[in-house]
Amino acid sequence: MTDILERARDRALDRGEGLSYDELVEVLRLPDDQVPALLELAHGVRMKHCGPEVEVEGIISLKTGGCPEDCHFCSQSGQFTSPVRSVWLDIPQLVRAAEETAATGATEFCIVAAVRGPDERLMSQVRDGIRAIQEAVDINVACSLGMLTQEQVDDLAAMGVHRYNHNLEAARSYFPSVVTTHSYEERWDTCQMVRAAGMELCCGGLVGMGETLEQRAELAAQLAELDPHEVPLNFLNPRPGTPFGDLPLMDSADALRTIAAFRLAMPRTILRYAGGRELTLGDLGTRDGLLGGINAVIVGNYLTTLGRDADEDLALLSDLKMPIKELAKTL
Amino acid sequence: MGGYCGLCGEPRDDLPHAACDARLALEPPRFCTSCRRRMKVQVTPRGWSAECVEHGVVTG
Ligand code: SF4
Ligand SMILES: [Zn+2]
Ligand SMILES: [Zn+2]
Repeated sequence: MTDILERARDRALDRGEGLSYDELVEVLRLPDDQVPALLELAHGVRMKHCGPEVEVEGIISLKTGGCPEDCHFCSQSGQFTSPVRSVWLDIPQLVRAAEETAATGATEFCIVAAVRGPDERLMSQVRDGIRAIQEAVDINVACSLGMLTQEQVDDLAAMGVHRYNHNLEAARSYFPSVVTTHSYEERWDTCQMVRAAGMELCCGGLVGMGETLEQRAELAAQLAELDPHEVPLNFLNPRPGTPFGDLPLMDSADALRTIAAFRLAMPRTILRYAGGRELTLGDLGTRDGLLGGINAVIVGNYLTTLGRDADEDLALLSDLKMPIKELAKTL
Repeated sequence: MGGYCGLCGEPRDDLPHAACDARLALEPPRFCTSCRRRMKVQVTPRGWSAECVEHGVVTG
């Protein structure tokens, strides 16, 4: 076994501590023939520090498209010639989506809006939506509504939002190549406010956007510093019309190294498969990632693209003997 | 065959769209196949619907 794998075993597996930036760079540089041993170690870390359960979540776009921001990977930005049109979901549709999600056994339902930050109209739609969901469905409600003011953070916490998603998206050093309409620091600040208000913080990013391997390690290390409850990991799915629309799909071995590196950076976090895994990893790679550090999935479709059939994912989890995490009853 | 590609919006007769058709397994159509208008598309956890102002709603 190579030196870095031995050190990772000692630090992440035995002591439950995340690897440093330099160590993560070494992990990401491991040759192909070491990837199976790396994944096995990352799986061991997940099993020891998180257990065999998998957290299942569904997501829904409450407000699609027409976003004023320019995140170069995003088909919902109004600044690019993407074919995605602006559309709003109504409350009955939102409740139906929450019911469909709960029917898969999922415990989290995340309401997402393509905005810089919420305005009064969106906050009031979210308030009504959460109330309607809470009356009809037994599921935790999460939100992802962009950058927040302190008042909005407090309002969302009071509405019973269990978790708030706000990704760093990219390493600090690569962020200006990905987004120019807001800063990495603004994102970081929203994340800190969310946690201070007592909501669980969900914060991840994308890989495969043309970043260097070192920047991939940097993103993992910066997320580890933030220490979110959940880290969604997206692989770029190049969207037509966006600045990153012509980038190639990420190599699947690199994607698996990244999964393992994220797990070794954050031994105890909920590490979720988010967008792009179907294309980047396929069915076989999806399985490898679940045996390489991933312990949460988004079930069914994404915001503007489709996922694997929910039943296939649930069958895979049952095949892997990974039970779906149940809703914690805190009454 | 006529009409337009739901994924890229180009006429079906002019170009091969096998790659587009394959991609439609993992994304909803964005263009109306009758008139090429961009549709209003809503994706939900277990389905999608796409509406053309002229030709109505398709679902999947
Ligand atoms: S803020 Fe969100 S919706 Fe808007 S462009 Fe960026 S990623 Fe897309
Ligand atoms: Zn086409
Ligand atoms: Zn039409």
